[in-house]
Amino acid sequence: MVLTVIERNGDGTPTAESAEVLAAARDLAEQLGVPVAAVAVGDAGDLPDDLAKRGVAQLHLLQHALLADGSPSCTGEALSQLVAAQRPAAVLAPGTDRSTEAMAWAAAELGVPLATACTEIRPGIRPGEPWEVTRERSGGILLEDAVLDAPIRLATVRPGAPVPSETAAAHEVTVHVLVPDLDASVPRARLVDRRPRAAGMTLTTAPVVVAGGRGVGGADGDAVLEELAGLVGGAVGCSRVATNNGWRPHADQVGLTGTRISPDLYVACGISGATQHWVGCMNARSILAVNTDPEAPMVTRATWAVIGDVHEVLPAVIAELRRRSGR
Amino acid sequence: MDVLVCVKRVPAVGSEILLTADATAIDTRHLGFTIGPHEECAVEEAVRIAERTGGSAGVLTVGPPEADEQLRYAMSMGADHAVRVDDPVADPDPETTAAAITAALRGLPPDVVLFGEASADAGHAQVGFRVACALRRPVVGGVKGIGLDGDRVTLRCDAPDGVEVHEAPLPAVAAVLEGLNLPRYPTIKGRLRAKKATVRVIAPDLSTGRLRTLRLRHRPEARAETVVLGRGAAAAPAVVDVLADLGMVR
Ligand SMILES: Cc1cc2nc3c(=O)[nH]c(=O)nc-3n(C[C@H](O)[C@H](O)[C@H](O)COP(=O)(O)OP(=O)(O)OC[C@H]3O[C@@H](n4cnc5c(N)ncnc54)[C@H](O)[C@@H]3O)c2cc1C
Ligand SMILES: Nc1ncnc2c1ncn2[C@@H]1O[C@H](COP(=O)(O)O)[C@@H](O)[C@H]1O
Repeated sequence: MVLTVIERNGDGTPTAESAEVLAAARDLAEQLGVPVAAVAVGDAGDLPDDLAKRGVAQLHLLQHALLADGSPSCTGEALSQLVAAQRPAAVLAPGTDRSTEAMAWAAAELGVPLATACTEIRPGIRPGEPWEVTRERSGGILLEDAVLDAPIRLATVRPGAPVPSETAAAHEVTVHVLVPDLDASVPRARLVDRRPRAAGMTLTTAPVVVAGGRGVGGADGDAVLEELAGLVGGAVGCSRVATNNGWRPHADQVGLTGTRISPDLYVACGISGATQHWVGCMNARSILAVNTDPEAPMVTRATWAVIGDVHEVLPAVIAELRRRSGR
Repeated sequence: MDVLVCVKRVPAVGSEILLTADATAIDTRHLGFTIGPHEECAVEEAVRIAERTGGSAGVLTVGPPEADEQLRYAMSMGADHAVRVDDPVADPDPETTAAAITAALRGLPPDVVLFGEASADAGHAQVGFRVACALRRPVVGGVKGIGLDGDRVTLRCDAPDGVEVHEAPLPAVAAVLEGLNLPRYPTIKGRLRAKKATVRVIAPDLSTGRLRTLRLRHRPEARAETVVLGRGAAAAPAVVDVLADLGMVR
């Protein structure tokens, strides 16, 4: 079987990332000629009906008081027990932080390798033959083809994989409950507080992100970024140079070690387009670069560019915007 | 309080990446090396904790002798001792790395072991959790705040829907994110001290793991030619036309 790790929304339904992984699992299971199974934490709720439409034949529910926190060490240990008992050909999980952490713990318990952030999984032709995966390195700066050589193949799937729209022929889903035997002698971290995020637009939800880099030249230069973002209903982002110089908080940083965004429009002001920044904005639907250097990688990869000094271009754009919208 | 940080030597790539002829690695002939931003914040945090509690801040790497450069960089930031687990492979697989770190830690039992959330080049996002599992230590990932309270540590993380606070008994493991703090730049004095400091080298028996790189590839890019809207302030009307087409002029 191909075992799929399901993360659940607050209402118990599979998350969007889990739906993507189920699609990948179904594809893999078809190639191998084996059934798709799923594993989730908690009660069944509507999950069996939902999973039936996604081609799942078996649902394993992990139930234990310690699993309520979502602690990766507990989930990982429970998962390793299920895997040891079921011996699936592969275990696929969403490439979210939480599932990756649980899979890493499970892989360590089981003594098997784990391929993270996979975009493709190619099973060996004959049983026992090593598999190949393609995974993203450094958040997608490069792709890596790798051999995954183990009796049970553990992989996480990079979020954003396409989900086929048509559902598989509905199956009867059998439900199995596993109460894992979590090692009481292992000291664990406990969740002691959870505070919801303040409402409002964030870098990841904004339709437009106006970002500044070294070319903006300091915290004072940022006023024009704020003003432009306000006029077009967007959020402000920045490069690591801006963060490291203390011009903006790290929460605004776009890139490999900042936030990955996919707005309709990314306005990159005085940002060169280093690979580590580029992976954070490359999924934008369109990019407008404002840069003095026509050869800057951000300019040559952008949809549109203005060659010039941000301190001249942005005020002019703001003035024109105000003129046209009468504000 | 004794803190140990695991750091990895990685190529400092710019806007274009060249691969070796056999495409198994990045061509580093014209590149410098660094540690990832997550790990830099981990080093900064370790130094601050050691300063505050009168403990030690160590750094550890698994890699070839050249990786001493990154250990010395961490020492120039204020780390007071360094260990290199000798491995001729520049980019070992995560099972091997975790086994090497686990073996080294058995001889150095720090109160807190810090990792980056993911290494800057390979980004397996798993070495810290493997080590925690092998050592049977509590672990929290995605950490953006560390508080110490007697024999416990509080770890603050951003979750998809808000902020979470975890508490763990010591000794504990954490995988941290950039943004945890603003790392300091090394001082001249720090650099001189680091230059003279010794790196302890250990060489446990290591077997290789079973995730093996075959080749690296650039991702296919499907971008049309850039449309240059103009130069300087004169381009403003064309920019606003684009914004209007996108429905962003209100
Ligand atoms: C492991 C690792 C992870 C990293 N993660 C990130 C990350 O998450 N995010 C990130 O951003 N970086 C990250 N970096 C840093 C990255 O490599 C670059 O150093 C950084 O993105 C450069 O920022 P910048 O474009 O603002 O500055 P620069 O590269 O210095 O570029 C400045 C640009 O501004 C232009 N310019 C100058 N003056 C003006 C002006 N007056 N008007 C208009 N244009 C002007 C210049 O032509 C140039 O193109 C990471 C690096 C490493 C090694
Ligand atoms: N070769 C190495 N030497 C020391 N620490 C490492 C090494 N590789 C990875 N790590 C640590 O493990 C973290 C996660 O790495 P990875 O699992 O490769 O993403 C890194 O941020 C480092 O803290």
